[in-house]
Amino acid sequence: MSVKSASGNPLSILKRHLHAACAATALLLGAGSLAEAADLNALIWCDHSDPALLQPFEEANNVKVNVKEFEGTGAGLAIVEQSQPGDWDVMVIDSIDVPRGVEKGLFEPLPEDKLPFADLFPQVKMDGSTVVGGKRYGITEKFGYNTIGFNKTKVDPADMQSMASLTSDKYKGKVAIYDYYLPVIGMAALAIGKKTAELTEADLPALKDELLKMKANAKLVGEVTASQTALATGEVDILVGGGEWVTAGLAKENPALDFSIPKEGAVLWSQSLAMFKDSKNKDMALKFIQYIMSPEGQARLATSSCYWGMPANAKAALTDDQKKVLRFDEQPGFLARAQAYPAPNADLDKKMQDMWTEMLQAK
Amino acid sequence: MPLVSSSGNSRRALPRAGRALPRAGRTLPRAGRALPWALVTPALGWTLLFFVLPFIAMGFSSLTAHEGGGFTLSNYSQFFTNPSYWQAMVNSLEVTAIVTVVSVLLAYPFAWILAEQVPERWQRLALMLAVLPFWTSYVVRSYSWLLVLAQNGVINRALTGSGLITEPLQLANTRLATVTGFAHFFVMLLTLTIFANLKQLSPSYRKAAADLGAGPVRTFMHVILPLTLPGIMVGAFLTFVLCIGDYITPQILGGNNELLMPQLVMMQIGRRGDFPLASALSIILMAVVTFAYLACARWLKIERA
Repeated sequence: MSVKSASGNPLSILKRHLHAACAATALLLGAGSLAEAADLNALIWCDHSDPALLQPFEEANNVKVNVKEFEGTGAGLAIVEQSQPGDWDVMVIDSIDVPRGVEKGLFEPLPEDKLPFADLFPQVKMDGSTVVGGKRYGITEKFGYNTIGFNKTKVDPADMQSMASLTSDKYKGKVAIYDYYLPVIGMAALAIGKKTAELTEADLPALKDELLKMKANAKLVGEVTASQTALATGEVDILVGGGEWVTAGLAKENPALDFSIPKEGAVLWSQSLAMFKDSKNKDMALKFIQYIMSPEGQARLATSSCYWGMPANAKAALTDDQKKVLRFDEQPGFLARAQAYPAPNADLDKKMQDMWTEMLQAK
Repeated sequence: MPLVSSSGNSRRALPRAGRALPRAGRTLPRAGRALPWALVTPALGWTLLFFVLPFIAMGFSSLTAHEGGGFTLSNYSQFFTNPSYWQAMVNSLEVTAIVTVVSVLLAYPFAWILAEQVPERWQRLALMLAVLPFWTSYVVRSYSWLLVLAQNGVINRALTGSGLITEPLQLANTRLATVTGFAHFFVMLLTLTIFANLKQLSPSYRKAAADLGAGPVRTFMHVILPLTLPGIMVGAFLTFVLCIGDYITPQILGGNNELLMPQLVMMQIGRRGDFPLASALSIILMAVVTFAYLACARWLKIERA
C-alpha cells in the first residue's frame, strides 16, 4: 500500500531513478563475477555460509551457491531493492518479518506438499507470520531462545530461574545485554508479567523502567560476537538475551556455559526461508529449501560454525551429543513456556527502537 | 620570462608580468589546453560518481518519509527533538575532542624526538617503526585492545598480579577504551604530519632566535610551535574527520554503553531499514565536519617555511 501511495511523488520518482542508477552501476561492476557461476543466489545469515552446509548441496546438484550475508531485515530488504528483479533466489529472514517481504511483493508462495511441514515442531510453524492471505511464504528452518545465558561455575544456576536476578545487586557488573531491541524488550515484558504478543504503546514506560534496571546492572550491551566473547572470556557471567545460540557452539571449549528458561518464560526466535517471486531458478531454489529442511541439512544448519540453534524439523539427523548440547529432549517443555518475538507495527517498532536508544544512552 | 624589468624595478615589473601570464595561457595549442582536463577527468568522474551522486541521493532520501515516501522534514526535526539522538552528537564531539587533544599531546613530542634527536640515518627506520600499527587491520587492532583492556586482560592481570589492586578495573567497554583505541591510531597519523612539518623548518630560525637571545623554551614557544601549527592542524583535522565518522572502534571497544553518531546511523538501518533517517543523521554529521573545516581552514595549508 505504501508503495502505491509513493509512486506519484516526485521525490520518490527521483529516488527510484537514483536507486536504479546505483543498482545498474553495481551490477555492471559485479556482472563479471555473477556471470561466471550464478547458479543460485542466496541472501543469508552467517550460519548458511558454512561450507559444511553448502558443499553437499552444491555437489549433489552441480550448482554454485552464491551467498551474501546481511544483518537485520531492513538491511536485507535494502539489498533486494537495489538489485535487479531475479538477482536473488532465496532469502533467510526473521519469521516475524516474512509479511514485510510479502507486502513488498517479493516472495513466492511455497508448495506445502513438497516441504516437510508435518515434521516441524508445531509451535515453530509460525503460521501467524509465514502465512499471508492464506498462502505460505516462509518455512521456519531454525529456532531457539533469547533467554538467560550464563557461566554455571560463576553464578548460582538456581538464581537463573528468575529474571529478577538480572536486576539484582548480586550480579551487578556481571551482566551483558544482547544488542537487539526486540528480543530483549520481549524479555523485559516477561519480567514485568506482560505477554510479548500483546505489547502496546501504553506498556512502553514500564518496559523502559525494566530495561534501565537491566542496563544499570550491565557491563556492556553487545552484538552477537561481542556478547558471545564477553561471556566466553569471563568478562561477564550472564548474558541477557543469550541462549543455545551462544552456549551450544562453545560447549566443547567451555562446558561451563549454559542457558536457562526462567519461570517467567523466554522469547522464541525463529528464522525462515523464503523464495523470491522473480527468481530465475525457482526449481533450484525449491531444491535448496528442501535440502535445508531435510534431516541432513537441518543437522548441518543447526550445528553451523557461525552459531548453533534448534532445527525446526524434529527429524533432524543430529548425533546424541549434539542433541544433548542443544537440549533437544527438553524442547517440548521449553516451547510451552516460550513466547514469540514482539511483532510491533511500524509505528510501535520505531518507538521501541527509540526506547532502546534511550536505554543505551543512559549513564 | 623576466619577473624583474631591465631597469631592476621589480615592484613595477610584477604587475606587467602578471598580465602576461594569461596571454601566455591563451597561446597554448589546443592539445596543450586539453591535457590538464584529460588528466583531471578520471578523478572528477570518480568524485562525481562515487561522492556527488550518492550525496545527492542521500540528500533526497533524507527528505523522504520512511513510511509512505512523501516529502518531510521530520527526519531532521527528530534529531533536534529526541534527546537520545542529540546526546549521540554530544558524545561524538566529546570523544573526538578528547582523542584529538590526546593524540596531539602524544604525537608532538614523538615527532620532535624523531625529527631532532634521532640521527638522520636512523630516521627512516624509526618512522617506519612508528607507523607499524597502520600495517594491521583496523578491526583486528580494536579487538586486540579489547583483549588488553579486558577484565582478564594484560593490564588487569599485571595490576592484580603486582598487588596494586585487588579487584580488576573496568577498562574495556568504556569511553576510555574507545579513546585509547582511537589514540593508538591517530598518534601515528599526527606524528607523520608534524614530523613532515618539523623537517621543513630551516635551522636558521633557531639560530636567529638564539642570536637574538632566546632560550630553547622561548624559541620553541615563539618560533617553532607557531611554524609547525599547520602540520598540527592538518593532522588534527584529519583526526577529527576520521574519528567522528568511525563506527568500528566505539562499537568494539565502547561496549555500547553510550552511542556515538555513526552507531546511531547504523542502528536506523539494521532491522527497520530507515534509510531516510539514517541519511538525515549522516548529513547532520557531515555538516558538523564542514563547520570544523571552516573553523580551521586558515591553518589547513602547509606553506614551505
